[in-house]
Amino acid sequence: MIFLKLFIVFSKIGLFNFGGGYAMLSLIHNEVVEKNEWLTSSEFTDIVAISQSTPGPIGINCATYTGYTAVMNDGYPEWMGVIGAIVASLSVLWLPFLLMLTISKLLLKYSKTQAVTGIFSLLRPAIVGLIAAAAILLMSADNFGNPTDSPFQFIASLIIFIFAFLGTRLFRIHPIIMIILAGIAGLLIY
Amino acid sequence: MTTDLWGMFITFAKIGAFTLGGGYAMVPIMEKEIVDRKGWLTREEFMDILIVAQSTPGLFAINMASHIGNKARGVLGGVIGSLGVALPSIIAILLIAMFFQAFKENVYIEKIFMGVRPAVVALIAAPCFSMARTAKISIYNIWIPIVACLLITAFGVSPIWIILVAGLAGFVWGKVKTNDHTKS
Repeated sequence: MIFLKLFIVFSKIGLFNFGGGYAMLSLIHNEVVEKNEWLTSSEFTDIVAISQSTPGPIGINCATYTGYTAVMNDGYPEWMGVIGAIVASLSVLWLPFLLMLTISKLLLKYSKTQAVTGIFSLLRPAIVGLIAAAAILLMSADNFGNPTDSPFQFIASLIIFIFAFLGTRLFRIHPIIMIILAGIAGLLIY
Repeated sequence: MTTDLWGMFITFAKIGAFTLGGGYAMVPIMEKEIVDRKGWLTREEFMDILIVAQSTPGLFAINMASHIGNKARGVLGGVIGSLGVALPSIIAILLIAMFFQAFKENVYIEKIFMGVRPAVVALIAAPCFSMARTAKISIYNIWIPIVACLLITAFGVSPIWIILVAGLAGFVWGKVKTNDHTKS
C-alpha cells in the first residue's frame, strides 16, 4: 500500500530532521532513492534544484514531489497522485508538530543544562558529516555523466561544479542565481 | 476568533510564499510580520521560539510557525500556522511535478538539468565548511563528521542511526561532565 508507505517514510524523515534543510538530504536520499527506489538519483538532484528556486523548505518540497511521483509510477490516476503528494507532505509535519507542542517548553527550561548542551555538542559535528555525505552520494554518474561513456559531459560537469562551489563559498552568489547560471550553461554547451 | 485564525492563516501563507529556499531566510520576514506588524509576540518571545525551533527536530520554518501560532492562539493556531506556511510550497511543487512528468523527455529541459545537477551538488557541499565553524569543529572532534560521512557513504548506514548515537553519546557525555563538575 503506497500511501501507508509514504506516510511511514516521511514521518520518519520529519522526526529525524535536525539541523535544517541540507542536513536531511542524506536521510531523504537513503529512504527515497536507495531503500524505496521512488526516485532516481538525478531526479532527486533535480528536486533539490527546484526546491532552491521555489518557496518552502526542502523537506516539504521533496515530500510533495516524491508523493506525487511515487503514486503516478505505480500506475494510479492523476488525482491519486495529488493525494499522494498531500499525504507525504503532511506526514513530514505531524510528529515535529506534536514534539514542538509538548517538549519545547521543557527544552527551553533545560537548554542551558550540561545534558542538553552535551547532546548538541556531538549532534552538530555529526550533522556536518550528514551534509558531506549527501554531497558525496550525489557525485555520481547520474549527475556528472560517466567519464568513459560521456567524457565531455563529465569534464563540463566538473567545471560547473568547481565554478558553483567557488561562487557560493567565495563570492556568496545566491543559490537561485547559481542554479539559473548553471541551467543556461547546460543549454549552451550540450 | 474565526477571523483571527483566518488572518493568521493568510499571514503565514504569505510568509511561506515569499521565502525562496525556505529555512532561515524566513526569520527576518517572520519577525517583521509577527512582532512589528501584528504584535502577536514580543521580540523576546520571538527570540525564545527561535532557539527552540533550531533545536527541535522537524523543519525549521514549520517549527517556527507552529510555535508562534500556538503561543498566540493555542493549539488550533499552531495547526493553522503550520498549514499556512506549508500550503504555498505544496501547491507550487505539485504543479511543477505535474509539469515535469509531462516535459521530462523534452531535450531542452534535459540540457538545462544536465548543467544544473553538478551545481546543486556544489551548493550542498559548500555549506559544510561554514557549518563546520558553527559546529565548533576542531582537531579533537573532526573525526565525528568524517566517521558519520564514511558510515553513510561507504557502508550505507542510515543517517537515523548516526543521529541517535550522536545524540545519546552526547547526552551521556554531558551527564558525566556535570557529575565531574559537582564533585570538584
